[in-house]
Amino acid sequence: MPSPLFWLFSLIMLIGGCAVIAFRNPVSSALSVVACFAGLAGLFVGLNAYFIGIIQILVYTGAVMVLFLFIIMLLDLKDEQKRAKSLAPLLAGVGLSIAFIIQLIGVLSKSPDKIAPALNAETLGAAAADFTKGGKIATALTDGRLPDVHLIGHTLFTQYNLPFQILGVLLLVATVGVVVLSKKTEEKKTEDRR
Amino acid sequence: MATLNDYLFVSGMLFTIGLAGVVIRRNIIIVFMCLELMLSAANLSLVAFSRFNTVKGLPDYNGQMLVFFVITVAAAEVAVGLAIIIALYRARQTIHTDELTSLKG
Repeated sequence: MPSPLFWLFSLIMLIGGCAVIAFRNPVSSALSVVACFAGLAGLFVGLNAYFIGIIQILVYTGAVMVLFLFIIMLLDLKDEQKRAKSLAPLLAGVGLSIAFIIQLIGVLSKSPDKIAPALNAETLGAAAADFTKGGKIATALTDGRLPDVHLIGHTLFTQYNLPFQILGVLLLVATVGVVVLSKKTEEKKTEDRR
Repeated sequence: MATLNDYLFVSGMLFTIGLAGVVIRRNIIIVFMCLELMLSAANLSLVAFSRFNTVKGLPDYNGQMLVFFVITVAAAEVAVGLAIIIALYRARQTIHTDELTSLKG
């Protein structure tokens, strides 16, 4: 990924992140998270992870943030703006961040840097030998393209088949759990009083 | 070209923002959003490692699988977490962490 694009998307992401903390209105914060995740998706695409970039947009900025906005509007929080800001958590947060950034710079300055290995027609063509000849993956690789979604699907349904199915059960449990949690418990309360 | 350390630095910065948000903000929904930011920062470093360590000429797809699983579990986590927040708001009429002090000794 060319550096100007990398810095542009990083800047969108980091400014969006800072705006989440800075805004007092929760709706503005949620929209800043959307901007932040859009920048992040750009970075994913720059790292040749096209599928991850797309699901970042679809799942996070599409589904999750809409859910957040829905809950914010459902709860209708008006008293947020009137509150006085306390100084202690602000100082704690800033101090913690500075300590973390110093630590990060210290670690990164000592760790060996790496340049992205080339992903061109030559290396991709060489990788095609591991896949079934005439298949979609091998054809795309010999043409010099990176069949990202096919490769993810290949890995998911061969090496990670069991975790994938467990994930399906987890989503089912989460769905049932959410319904149970958000059900009104009026009847139970009256029973307890008796 | 952006190097591995650039990506790790940006990812660390995003994590720091999330961490600071969790400490600074008192609105539980904003705290929850900042947790999502921290998860995404981890995702960014995983994808960067996957791209910068090629296996047989292709990006290491094991890293991207982990990101896929993290995103899915995070979506489930958001749904459950928001349901808990709704239940909390019903019981207490507030989502301000300073006013939720039942567990304070």
